[in-house]
Amino acid sequence: MAKLYSKCPQKNDNLNPKDETVDLLLNYSKALSILRWNDRKFELILN
Amino acid sequence: MKDELIADAVLVSNYVKGDEGALSILITRHKQKIYSFIYSKVYDRDLTEDIFQDTFIKVIRTLKLGKYNEEGKFLPWVMRISHNLIIDHFRKSKRMPKFDNAGEFSIFSVLSDSSLDAEKGMIKEQIESDLRRLIEELPEDQKNVLVMRMYNDMSFKEISDKTGVSINTALGRMRYALINLRKVIEEKSIILTN
Repeated sequence: MAKLYSKCPQKNDNLNPKDETVDLLLNYSKALSILRWNDRKFELILN
Repeated sequence: MKDELIADAVLVSNYVKGDEGALSILITRHKQKIYSFIYSKVYDRDLTEDIFQDTFIKVIRTLKLGKYNEEGKFLPWVMRISHNLIIDHFRKSKRMPKFDNAGEFSIFSVLSDSSLDAEKGMIKEQIESDLRRLIEELPEDQKNVLVMRMYNDMSFKEISDKTGVSINTALGRMRYALINLRKVIEEKSIILTN
């Protein structure tokens, strides 16, 4: 069998995003609102 | 436990109606699968974090804009978004990180693409075409020896046998062919370098 010289990726069953990333997404979602006007949609980010 | 009872479709519907908590449940439920999927392609934690974030930003915008097609299932849809973002990343970087060289030596430091790029390829073709035209201008006996030696890769012994002249004569004709070529190149100021 041919030898593989590439390094095997480390097996890690517990891969999760950082809490900060998830928090950022939840805050982004809360800050984002859609304004509908004359059949058009505008994205608004609240500070 | 209560979270598990609520189907993704219901959570998505609730989220679209304004229930921000539904998004939190969806992310918590699927974050490991999506994150692992991205990591299995890019093998880089920081990059995985970025793509994971971009994936959900796209999910959030699509849902809030009411563009989500409820025919499909939520997780496969999110996976597809992350898959597309991974492809976008590789298109931008134009490389596939198959090797994780954590050590000091990188195999890519000694490997390089030796093939000519389009511009150099065109220049090479031009030079070869100019050279062929110059060779055509040589006296017939010199041209024959040069073509047999350089293009047909024949030895002077073989040239001698084929043309019926001595090896020394063949060598002489080759020498004069080169001298004449150089003379024409210098006279006409032809540049034959890549």
